[in-house]
Amino acid sequence: MTRKVAIFVPCFVDQIAPQAAIDTVTVLRRIGCDVIFPEDQTCCGQPGFNTGHWEAARPCAEHFVRVFSPYDTIVCPSGSCTSMVRKHYPELLASSPLGGDAVALGQRVFEFAEFLVRVAAITDVGASFPHAVAYHPSCHGTRELGIYDEPMQLLRAVRGIDLRPLANESECCGFGGMFSTKFGMISAAMGDAKAVSLEKAGAEYVTTIDPSCLMHLGGIFGATRRKLKTIYLASILACMDGTAASEARL
Amino acid sequence: MSTAAQEFLQQAEIKASDLEHRALIQRGMASYESAFDKGRARFADWEAARARLSQIKEEALASLGQNLVEFEKRIVERGGQVHWAETAEQANDYVVELARARGVKTVVKSKSMVTEEIHLAPALEKAGVTVWETDLGEFIVQLRQERPYHIVTPAMHLSRYQIAELFREKLGENVEDADPAKLVAAARVALRKAFFSAEMGISGANFLVADTGMVALSTNEGNGRLTTSIPPIHVVVTGIEKVIPRLSDLAVFWPMLATSGTGQPITTYSTLVRGPRTKKENDGPREFHVVLVDNGRTGLLGNAETQEVLKCIRCGACLNICPIFRHVGGHTYGAIYPGPIGSIFTPRTAGLREWGHLSYACSLCNACKGVCPVKIDLPKQLLLARRDFVATANVKPAERAGFAGFRWATASARRFRWIGWLGGKVASTVRSIGLSGTSFDPTRAWTKYRAPIEFPRQTFRAWWRSNGKR
Repeated sequence: MTRKVAIFVPCFVDQIAPQAAIDTVTVLRRIGCDVIFPEDQTCCGQPGFNTGHWEAARPCAEHFVRVFSPYDTIVCPSGSCTSMVRKHYPELLASSPLGGDAVALGQRVFEFAEFLVRVAAITDVGASFPHAVAYHPSCHGTRELGIYDEPMQLLRAVRGIDLRPLANESECCGFGGMFSTKFGMISAAMGDAKAVSLEKAGAEYVTTIDPSCLMHLGGIFGATRRKLKTIYLASILACMDGTAASEARL
Repeated sequence: MSTAAQEFLQQAEIKASDLEHRALIQRGMASYESAFDKGRARFADWEAARARLSQIKEEALASLGQNLVEFEKRIVERGGQVHWAETAEQANDYVVELARARGVKTVVKSKSMVTEEIHLAPALEKAGVTVWETDLGEFIVQLRQERPYHIVTPAMHLSRYQIAELFREKLGENVEDADPAKLVAAARVALRKAFFSAEMGISGANFLVADTGMVALSTNEGNGRLTTSIPPIHVVVTGIEKVIPRLSDLAVFWPMLATSGTGQPITTYSTLVRGPRTKKENDGPREFHVVLVDNGRTGLLGNAETQEVLKCIRCGACLNICPIFRHVGGHTYGAIYPGPIGSIFTPRTAGLREWGHLSYACSLCNACKGVCPVKIDLPKQLLLARRDFVATANVKPAERAGFAGFRWATASARRFRWIGWLGGKVASTVRSIGLSGTSFDPTRAWTKYRAPIEFPRQTFRAWWRSNGKR
């Protein structure tokens, strides 16, 4: 039976890293999902919420709840945005008439890897990616949602992959949303420390379940002229011919 | 932007790119982490211990007033004095006046962050009293005329060579090869003299025990015991939130504090004091004073949202795990309490308007939440502080306008598409005419440290419309 899945594409993925979402759609379809993109969607509201502008974030979150309430299963190519809905909407929308719907919706929104492994019970999507890859456990995915084993299981099943252990893997890459621009110097230093760990690990690619980390790390690699490359998890899983045909544009 | 915010940015710029500093802190933290992991492994159930500690602290805060009154009653029964200070000035005035009245010329201090917070040592020095910090790390930063770099390990930013140089300059001691044991011995010689000449000893308190009326102190160097037992007057200066209900609670607090702070099973010297010497005793202070400092704490206590901040036992675990602390170090914050807990405590007690920026100096990585032994939801507290900062203070007009735009654009897909299109056009134009990273670049805050973002030919939603639907 095909499963009907709505995808939520985070605002910056839509605008800046569409390949991450395209590859998400590719993999979901490969495992038999009927994918819908509700075109009224915008953003989860996290930029406003995390910056303290809750009044700006609330109408955005309410819009999200209205757009996605009709769907039973929502998949999102971002741990951080999933966490915003599941973990922070209850607080942000506590006094909103949509508060109850938001809590219920939070249980139906899944991060991409979480969906594949926990919901669809699939770890091998038939991918092939013969490269040295290190997995960066993104903060919100790991510590807010408890997602770690799922992406690792998916990666281990990829043919030809050379998974490299990463020292201090759980240390933040330094993105942090508006933190990356308010405190760019600290954010960049953290990204640099992550890059040093990745180089020591002998990684060619860094992957994770949060394209936002990759957007930041890619910028750091570029500015410091490093050979490291970024690739979103679904973009690895979408590869079947062994080349990074659909390298995420991050 | 507040002065403190400007200073933070300047200092952060220097420290974040200082690779020697980074290496020093990484080494220190790597050894802390391995000790902390081993320490936690000694517990049969670390998570259960955290839950218990958190619960006791909640209980203590729920009846904070009663606990403090009970503590006071027992201290007074034994001939001690308790002074309640609402402000830093009131606390300092009490101690300075006491020193003046008793003709005190020299004070020895054991480590206390509250005395740093209220600037007690400068107040005493202004009154002509010589103050000796007797914790080795504090002694070192005092010689350097610096603030403590870290709340548990105040001199962790210095190498032994820097300390040897400092001792040569300030104490006239030449320590061969900067040998750590010899450095300690040199400090001990200076400090022993101070202990035996001081007329007053000032300590903090790790815990105040309500049911027995005791002050619990943890030190690793024994300086706490000397401070509280040799001089004829002992003054305890502490925050009101340090009170716990029962002596038996220390069975969990002591090992948890030690393990979270340094990885030790228990701190080397765990001391309980409860008043001046009695007629039957041959030693101990003749006078015993406790100064209970509020200094903004009741403001946190009175608000259900922020009360949990007072659960903090000042172990330093959140600083140690914090990637921001690791990159900018303790002094950059410009506040007495650095790291995650400080970035909440300082704005909440010293003013959001001046200090609110600290709550933003965090990537919300949540690492601190996982290590806090009293289970303070630090990331949530940082978010709440940001929310209140936006509501009351010093937000840049451009940021406010930006989020007004965000509010407008994200509540409708049509507007969102239009803003996205416009933003993309601006960014790619800036890039194509070579302005990336210059002061004309509206995305400069991003591109100053990163390669400019390559905008794709089409957005996801455009792809979906053209060929995504199948």
